[in-house]
Amino acid sequence: MKRFLLFLPLLVAVTVGYFLYAGIGKDPTKLDSALVGKPVPEFELKDLQSPDTVRNESLFRKEITLLNVWGTWCPACRDEHDDLMWLARDKNVAIIGLNYKDNRDDALKWLNQLGDPYQTVIYDPKGTLGFDLGVYGAPETFVIDASGVVRYRHVGVVNKEVWEQVLLPVINDAQESS
Amino acid sequence: MYPELGQLALILALLLAVLLTVVPLAGSLTGRESLQAFARPLTTGMFVFVALAFAVLTHAFMTDDFSVAYVANNSNSMLPWYYKFSAVWGGHEGSLLLWILMLTGWTMAVAIFSRRLPSVMISQVLSVLGMISVGFMLFIVVTSNPFDRLLPNVPADGADLNPLLQDFGLIVHPPMLYMGYVGFAVAFAFAIAALINGRLDAAWARWSRPWTTVAWAFLSGGIALGSWWAYYELGWGGWWFWDPVENASLLPWLSGTALMHSLAVTEKRGVFKSWTVLLAIITFALSLLGTFLVRSGVLTSVHAFASDPDRGTFLLVLLALTVLGSLMLYAFRAPVVHVRSRYGSLSREIFLLLNNVLLVSATLLVAVGTLYPLILDFFQLGKISIGEPFFNLTFSPLAIAAGLLLGVGTFSRWKKTDAGWLGRKILWPLAVSMLISTAAIVAYGGFKPWAFLGLFTACWIAMTTFWDLWDKSGSRKGRVHGLKRQSRSYYGMVLGHLGVAITMAGATVVSNYGIERDVRMVPGDTAQVEDYQFRFVGIGERRGQNFTAQYGTFEVSHEGKFVAELHPEKRQYAVGMSVMTEADIDAGLFRDIFVAVGERISDDAWAIRLQYKPLIRWLWLGAVFMAVGGFLAVSDRRYRIRDPKTSRSTSSAGAATGKTDAQPATGAAS
Repeated sequence: MKRFLLFLPLLVAVTVGYFLYAGIGKDPTKLDSALVGKPVPEFELKDLQSPDTVRNESLFRKEITLLNVWGTWCPACRDEHDDLMWLARDKNVAIIGLNYKDNRDDALKWLNQLGDPYQTVIYDPKGTLGFDLGVYGAPETFVIDASGVVRYRHVGVVNKEVWEQVLLPVINDAQESS
Repeated sequence: MYPELGQLALILALLLAVLLTVVPLAGSLTGRESLQAFARPLTTGMFVFVALAFAVLTHAFMTDDFSVAYVANNSNSMLPWYYKFSAVWGGHEGSLLLWILMLTGWTMAVAIFSRRLPSVMISQVLSVLGMISVGFMLFIVVTSNPFDRLLPNVPADGADLNPLLQDFGLIVHPPMLYMGYVGFAVAFAFAIAALINGRLDAAWARWSRPWTTVAWAFLSGGIALGSWWAYYELGWGGWWFWDPVENASLLPWLSGTALMHSLAVTEKRGVFKSWTVLLAIITFALSLLGTFLVRSGVLTSVHAFASDPDRGTFLLVLLALTVLGSLMLYAFRAPVVHVRSRYGSLSREIFLLLNNVLLVSATLLVAVGTLYPLILDFFQLGKISIGEPFFNLTFSPLAIAAGLLLGVGTFSRWKKTDAGWLGRKILWPLAVSMLISTAAIVAYGGFKPWAFLGLFTACWIAMTTFWDLWDKSGSRKGRVHGLKRQSRSYYGMVLGHLGVAITMAGATVVSNYGIERDVRMVPGDTAQVEDYQFRFVGIGERRGQNFTAQYGTFEVSHEGKFVAELHPEKRQYAVGMSVMTEADIDAGLFRDIFVAVGERISDDAWAIRLQYKPLIRWLWLGAVFMAVGGFLAVSDRRYRIRDPKTSRSTSSAGAATGKTDAQPATGAAS
């Protein structure tokens, strides 16, 4: 009987371990994506390439778009850039860039050198729109449907695998429901 | 070229760790001394290669080698050199490497300082430590290689170290904390080795004690540094947030404190063996849990590293193997036969047992509060986190109860204490603490029940500790001689307990009588907090090495007399474009004056946070006492000079009959 009591800690540990296991992969940053199902927040920011044009949330009312948050200071953005080029060129995906907490000259140089996958780039040096979107870091990519509603938020690099397994299903879903 | 060398060194260290796990353990089980003899050389090799890997990573940071992904993500050419150095452990991969460096460092220390241990024992202890190293080295090599390259697209510059971490606190806080976490691995390894041999005796407790105490001292220091850093760097003036990661460091500290005390009983009286061994396992498991929580992204926290399910799963498997394996061993091997050792209801054994009950309750409480959100989430009841009120409400009574018990327990004797004698002993300390705490409450203005209880308990601990020191140091040859005669481990205990009293007094006063005011100010305005006037002189600009800052100038005066000029800042870091609030603090032993600049409200009006923080320094001063006490206790001569004959006889006597050894009660309770 006393020997049985010694197994008690083991039982407790197994239970706690099970809860911990269930917690893995449930990304706590998903907590912030309270924005899913809601329209893109209102904003008024200048265009990166044409500084006199002011962009606002109506930019997202035309078709299903990806909103990609990037900056020249972010090495991971450099990693995903080629895949974004591939998406824009070969898959005809509409991508709008959010140049986040960056410097205009650096950003323009980057696009000249590496190519420009974006239809439009919103210039957000102070990170105001990024803040409203609950951006955690760069890169992040939002799927936004034709009525301007956020459907999904992806934290981290977009590559072919993420595109096929994560983003494409969400986009198909958005197409069907509209 | 160099980074690949670092990686190679890590892999070699991993191979040596595998050998260390297998060879000496096999030697100890088959009784072949030739195999056991491999334990020390393998430990040395493992340590040297990990140190080499660490040196290579440091070199990559110092030379701005941005082809290494980890360097590119955590450093920048504009960083001052000392932050480049501390950036080595500013992210997940590097801090894990530091963790491993410390683990192998502790293993090395065990190999060096345990020359007197029987060869079988030491080879098993080193093997167990090798096993833990294998797990973590696999983890780093497989999922978190710090030497991964960004080739061929080498970034021109790095993404910069998180500005929150560009601070002296970060240079010292993680290493100190990890020293504590990892140090408990040694107590764990001793426990496992003792379980394997079935030799849970007084000698085992005696060998474990100094290692546990040192780890505990480091952890105390590490937690205090973290709290201090949060206070001045996060810009809110808080010092403990019950954040999951803070809790993760408090958990092993609480159970480690219990372990320290229970080891004392096991060594001196040969009882509570199963309990002590369980505590050693739990304490290390909680250290691992802390590592897991920070790196798996299971809970949201300011400290969390980027979450990655692969890493989380790997760590959990590691945690599961360690904890389940050792608990299984425990369930089958721990002694169930109760040693017949008699102790009365007022004996020191009972007091220490109650202390353990309270500390373990506190551990459970913090654990439940920390993991509760996970469990709710599991049952789909929503994501929440448990806030300060829960912890403050439940933790304070436990702390006070433990403190009150500590005071009485100080006078208790092993085996049996006479109740009437004990009652007479505590009379004077009781009266004096009552007087002091009442006076303090009056001075701070206003009776609050919790404030009074907290202060009373703090005085009570201090008074009983001094009273006991006074009693024990009585000598016919005079007081000085009597004080000199006390052992270092006794003084360690005195300092540790005084530290608890100091921290408790600080925590009570600052949370009950501290004042925070958020005001709107334009240059020329004055604001009043307590007896202090704050005059806002103006805002200026300055440029640092990698940031620009707006700084305010404030003149603080106390009843018309000038006290200090303070310059809180808002810094804008060039690379990440992030903004940091740097508070300015006029620090004092009895009060801090704290000013932080918030948002700009209109053209010349600013949101300003003004704080008056009485006794806040005592929080950390207490921790310094505890840490120094811990180090003093292990420097006691009984750990250094030991007559092999007496140590053998006490250990076998303790094991066989559980009778007390011949030590007098005086120096016993460290």
